[in-house]
Amino acid sequence: MAATGREWVSRRLEGVATGMVWVDRLDAMGSGNGLADYGLAKLREANITGTILALIARFLSGSSVRWLDCQPDACQRVYFANHTSHLDAIVLWSALPAAIRALTRPVAAKDYWDAGRVRRYMANKVFNALLIDRTEIKVHQSPVDLMIQAIGDKYSLIVFPEGGRSSGNEIGEFKSGLYYLCKKRPDLELIPVHIDNMNRILPRGEVLPVPLLSCITFGPPMWLERGEPKTDFLRRAREAVRRLKEV
Amino acid sequence: MDQLKTLALVGGVLLLLAAATTVVHVLRRRVDGALNTAILDTLAHRMRAWWLLWTVLAAAFFIGATATVTLFGLISFWALREFITLTPTRPGDHRALFWVFVLCTPLQFVLVGMGRYDLYSVLIPVYAFLLIPARIAFSGDSKRFLERTAKIQSGLLVCVYCFSYAPALLNLPGSPGEYSGNARLLFFFVLMVQLSDALQYAWAQIPSKHVIVPMVNPTRTWEGLLGGAASVTLLGAILSWATPFPPLLAGVMSLVIALMGFGGAMTMSAIKRDRGVKDYGTLVEGHGGVLDRIDSICFAAPVFYHLTRMWVEHLNKTAG
Repeated sequence: MAATGREWVSRRLEGVATGMVWVDRLDAMGSGNGLADYGLAKLREANITGTILALIARFLSGSSVRWLDCQPDACQRVYFANHTSHLDAIVLWSALPAAIRALTRPVAAKDYWDAGRVRRYMANKVFNALLIDRTEIKVHQSPVDLMIQAIGDKYSLIVFPEGGRSSGNEIGEFKSGLYYLCKKRPDLELIPVHIDNMNRILPRGEVLPVPLLSCITFGPPMWLERGEPKTDFLRRAREAVRRLKEV
Repeated sequence: MDQLKTLALVGGVLLLLAAATTVVHVLRRRVDGALNTAILDTLAHRMRAWWLLWTVLAAAFFIGATATVTLFGLISFWALREFITLTPTRPGDHRALFWVFVLCTPLQFVLVGMGRYDLYSVLIPVYAFLLIPARIAFSGDSKRFLERTAKIQSGLLVCVYCFSYAPALLNLPGSPGEYSGNARLLFFFVLMVQLSDALQYAWAQIPSKHVIVPMVNPTRTWEGLLGGAASVTLLGAILSWATPFPPLLAGVMSLVIALMGFGGAMTMSAIKRDRGVKDYGTLVEGHGGVLDRIDSICFAAPVFYHLTRMWVEHLNKTAG
């Protein structure tokens, strides 16, 4: 209990420290390179709010984080996970080290995250989320195009390929978006993530969370193989997430 | 005089811990291979856990009663999280669980902090006992109804109700305004539980082993139980100056603590065995299982509280 407690505290402090270093680095870069429109003060504020929010999320979801055959890295990645709760995006995002967190954008449903001022503030200013309109999908601007536009050559994404929340016992079939994303950007590292127990903390249709303990497992990176058929790839990706449940 | 005793007890424990830590460190430095490094590593790990426990506990005692009750409340909250996490529940239990965590648990410790024995002694066994099945029935899911209610009630009783009798020692009636004396008694109680765990482990290391219930816990032996209980009884009698008991009674109280602690550890082992895990920390890697650390306290606390209460009332009667 003691050793792990202490490790946890030092890891947290380290996380806060790297977050600060990241902000300092942005300061050093100055305001002339594309970040000016975002505003450094805003970014700093978002970073501090983000750190506090991440700490709260970690405490409330009691999440332990495991990296299996995988290390946190600032390279461009797509974290794809099972989806059972509204809290999934926050909890997964909080599980990343602060410096990586600043570079990672969750892809979330616009109908949920654009409703209400608090949610909108968090989605836009804190998580820097990429909100996708599920109700009105345009032909010329598909969600995949939006994602590719949004990440540029810098950001990573958090996606939930089931497309909606499942009941939690079984992982649903993956939607094809992940495949088309990889087809256009085969260089992206795909990281399977399994989120355990969040369906009991905040299940579908509930508003108030029960503070149980959850566990987040990051698995080994994978890529879309050359010429791999869509269904095979999606099945392989789903299996990669499912396997993490058992380790 | 009173303050001096408290300082002696707390300081003594910390000194003993410092000495033990030094010994373990020195032994670990010697790499002649003659010593079993695995056991030393376990010991070093245990030492760190004890340092955390005792320094936090000592700090809370010196800050005051509210800090101590809050500390116990947080530990209890975490233990309940572990218990319910490992207990299968159904979506229909969600709202009942919400009230269990958000209302029952904090309220129990608030009432303990206020010293309202009349309320905290019935809050969970009566009111929560009624609230939980009613709320679950209201959710409309009747599958394995009694089993589900019983699981949540058990978790609440063990992790919150029973455990809260430890900080309840701070407000023992009949000794008003004697925070120092009561805090010392609580410290003595936790010390005896921890010592009894450690000594039972130590005694269980002797070669000829007679395991008590191999199906439930293969590490608990008759040697460990008897040896541990006997040494704790002796230590309790020696430390009787820190308690309101005469030496013989302090010894008996320590024996009761050892036996109840053993019962607690066995009960929790049976639950873990049933769920197929080794400790409550395994699901939540890196959090080490708070419930594994406090199971003996949960079982010993209510009994110790009631026996002490009877003794204090007896003292008051004979004095008045």
